[in-house]
Amino acid sequence: MAEPDSPEGLITANRLTKTFPSPRGLVTALDDITFSLKKGSITGLIGPDGAGKTTLMRLLAGLLLPDSGEIKIMGINPSKDPLSVQGSIGYMPQKFGLYEDLSVQENLDLYASLQGVPQDRREDLYVPLLAMTGLSPFQKRLAGQLSGGMKQKLGIACSLVHQPPILLLDEPTVGVDPVSRRELWEILKKLVSESGSTLFVSTSYLDEAERCNEILILYNGKILGNGTPEAFRMEVAGRGYRAEAPGQSLRVVEPKLSVLPGVVDTVLEGSTVRVVMDSDMPPSVPQGLGKILLHPAPPRFEDAFMSRIKKVTRENPKTISIDRLYPKHSQEQKNIPEKPENAIDVENLVRDFGTFRAVDNLTFHVRKGEVFGLLGANGAGKTTTFRMLAGLLEPSGGKLIVAGKDVRKAAAQARQNIGYMAQKFSLYSQLTVFQNLIFFSSAYGLSGSLQKEKIQNSLTFFELEPYRNVSSGILPLGFRQRLALSCALIHEPSILFLDEPTSGVDPNARREFWHIINALAIVGVSVLVTTHFMEEAEYCDRLVIMAQGTLLAMGNPEEIKEKTRTPQMPEPSLEDAFVSLLSDFSRTQGDHQ
Amino acid sequence: MQRLLRIMRLVQKEFLALLRDKKSRMVLIVPPTVQLLVFSYAATFDLNNISYAVWNEDTGIYSRQLLARFSGSPNFKLVGTITREQEVAPLINNRKVLLVLHIRSNFSRNLLSSNPATIEALLDGRQSNTAMILLGYVETIVNNYTTDVATARGIPTPIAPIALRAWYNPNLKSRWFIVPGIVGLLTLVVTLLVTALSVAREREEGTFDQLLVTPLTPLDIILGKVLPGFVIGMVEATGIIVLAVLIFHIPLRGSLEALYLGLFLFILSGLGVGLMISSLVSTQQQGLLGAFLFLVPSIILSGFASPIANMPTFIQDLTLLNPLRYFMVILREVFLQGAGVSILLPEYAALLGIGTTTLLLAGHFFRRGLR
Repeated sequence: MAEPDSPEGLITANRLTKTFPSPRGLVTALDDITFSLKKGSITGLIGPDGAGKTTLMRLLAGLLLPDSGEIKIMGINPSKDPLSVQGSIGYMPQKFGLYEDLSVQENLDLYASLQGVPQDRREDLYVPLLAMTGLSPFQKRLAGQLSGGMKQKLGIACSLVHQPPILLLDEPTVGVDPVSRRELWEILKKLVSESGSTLFVSTSYLDEAERCNEILILYNGKILGNGTPEAFRMEVAGRGYRAEAPGQSLRVVEPKLSVLPGVVDTVLEGSTVRVVMDSDMPPSVPQGLGKILLHPAPPRFEDAFMSRIKKVTRENPKTISIDRLYPKHSQEQKNIPEKPENAIDVENLVRDFGTFRAVDNLTFHVRKGEVFGLLGANGAGKTTTFRMLAGLLEPSGGKLIVAGKDVRKAAAQARQNIGYMAQKFSLYSQLTVFQNLIFFSSAYGLSGSLQKEKIQNSLTFFELEPYRNVSSGILPLGFRQRLALSCALIHEPSILFLDEPTSGVDPNARREFWHIINALAIVGVSVLVTTHFMEEAEYCDRLVIMAQGTLLAMGNPEEIKEKTRTPQMPEPSLEDAFVSLLSDFSRTQGDHQ
Repeated sequence: MQRLLRIMRLVQKEFLALLRDKKSRMVLIVPPTVQLLVFSYAATFDLNNISYAVWNEDTGIYSRQLLARFSGSPNFKLVGTITREQEVAPLINNRKVLLVLHIRSNFSRNLLSSNPATIEALLDGRQSNTAMILLGYVETIVNNYTTDVATARGIPTPIAPIALRAWYNPNLKSRWFIVPGIVGLLTLVVTLLVTALSVAREREEGTFDQLLVTPLTPLDIILGKVLPGFVIGMVEATGIIVLAVLIFHIPLRGSLEALYLGLFLFILSGLGVGLMISSLVSTQQQGLLGAFLFLVPSIILSGFASPIANMPTFIQDLTLLNPLRYFMVILREVFLQGAGVSILLPEYAALLGIGTTTLLLAGHFFRRGLR
């Protein structure tokens, strides 16, 4: 038994199991979980959506009871004595219960009262909290008017108001832009170094794992690994390569590399393909692939994560052929020479909300067959731009040509050529997979035998046949996403709009998804992606970074990184580039004001 | 043709979404049935089991004959007899009785000597509506009795007696008045809820955006929402009408054409209002609130319970905007009076006007919401 004050085992879980009833039988959310957390450290709980992260957090907070197994928090079992445990932990759920009609100060006061913090001590507690979270200037602002990142910071401040020694944070950085995300992590680090708190942070962003002291990988309800980021990286040291293919499209090369023997993982990374091997043997590239230059790459956590997952899932990589989905396009490509016209033309686009100008004189062009990214901080106007392009919002001014059609004049014709996939699953959850496909294909004017054929092809391609008559609302997450994509592609659109399509998704599923997207781009489908997620941005041919409704930078990922290369930062990642561009921008803005 | 097919798919989707979900299936069937039964049995203006006490100071035969008519009436229930004035107040104050009949000692004598014989009815006036109805009952019994006594003894009856005959509802059964009204009320509730919540639900689930990025036009989408509402409203209303006739034995004297033409136009305006609410709100909760904000005043201002003619003039003018007001007239006239289409033309015209206006407004708000 661990002593309450011993550095090991501040939180321990022993053979924890939790199941939930569901329409499809009993679902095992957590399967025989054993771990212990060190005092005064940040432990990251890493895993994709549906891995069981929230269930584990709620069990630790005493909000759920385990089916079997035992939890001890500072020596106390939360299921037996939830109140005394809840006094010593701060728990920030994914959607923290901020009262949007109360000000920042009032929210803090409320949580202080709920936690029974004495009145005379509050001022002393608030000052460092507000300073740390950078919320001091906004004390009077209503919580509902804060940006996404600031809301999360206020959430952290509120859960820290009673100075708990342990803080549980459930996906605090989801939906938060990279700049705010960095700031959030700075706050967490400071918290640990200054007050010696113990933090347990769940996240689905693999790059955040490197910021933790300890990592716990949760996958399908099981623990897949436990250790320091350094230890994970060492596992794959010497197995990563950056492959260059001069004169060839990486989109074509990457799928071919992924099926080579011994390859665990491939992913596009700027102008190279990252290749991870299962042993120290370098990949043997066959002659047919053309000239491939291999450079050793420093190991990273994601490589280790992927190799561990591959061991569990043992899925063989497949070659994707999208002829089934796009019979028309593949023929077109063979016969008709590519027209040089752009897929999307945005010229001097303006959108006002009252006196607020959300999009200010924006101009960019998306070429045919290009994967184009739209990035920006929360509130930069990228969602507004995206919605205008998809025809969900009317522009206040400017020119907007999508697939050769003026969106402002011929919206319905323009929409016939676009496919749209929202970030949130947004199909009819009561309808079955088949009924959803029937409905959306009809909405795009398909009927008769052609419709039947298209639907059958989609079901086969996305391996949805076994779920044909299952309500889409109870599909497993990955299959829901496949269904969403198949509905968006059912009418063979020439332009595809994706809103943060793979955030939180299982990395395996994310790679599969992008393989399809890349295959689509090869046959000439243009893809517009809006995302916070730098790994998605790496897949883009070109991207724009927006700030305050205007265009801050445009170019391919390498060009964007190049802009921020400094002696201090010789190898900036896309996220580094993004953050430094934005902070430069806000500094110059500050000078002007 | 292509377009028709798309709209049919929208309608099909709407029905699947409604009927595949157990909860919304229940909402469509259970509450209307329960409400029909509960309202029809509970909402009645007829008084039964009127508890009363007797304070009889008269010893003659006439007072006993009169009182026998009360105790013999199925509507009255004798609770006790009293002998002193002091006993009246506690009985009424404690709601033991609604009525105390006081017959003075000279009642029989006065009646014999052909002098005016009075009886006093002491009523609990705290429930003024009940007291008024009760007074009517008492008057009827007393008048019938004096007329009988007068004819038996060859004394001329009062010179100009009123002979009451209520047309279309000879027994003035309030159920005949209320149940047709409930048909209108429940139809409004169902159509309003189905439409007011459906767009909001799609907004909440994100499917609305997914719909809007398809080539479907706003008109298609509105039609896809209106048609299922129409079918559901018609089916529910028919069910309620059948129950009204079979269970409550309400006579359906008029033509079905007249009834269904009214129903058609009424559902049109109900759907228009529902869609208008739907296009203005963003969550189902707001939609529900909006629906009730419209429902409650429209029921009160419809003449369902209190006659519109009794309302102040400016409120009477306000009721002209209320579709339920016109449908109440149509329902009662078709059910009880046997009215045909021609008599109801003004009501049809009003409903048509309200229906098209609300639908056009809904379409307008709908499109504006996209901007």
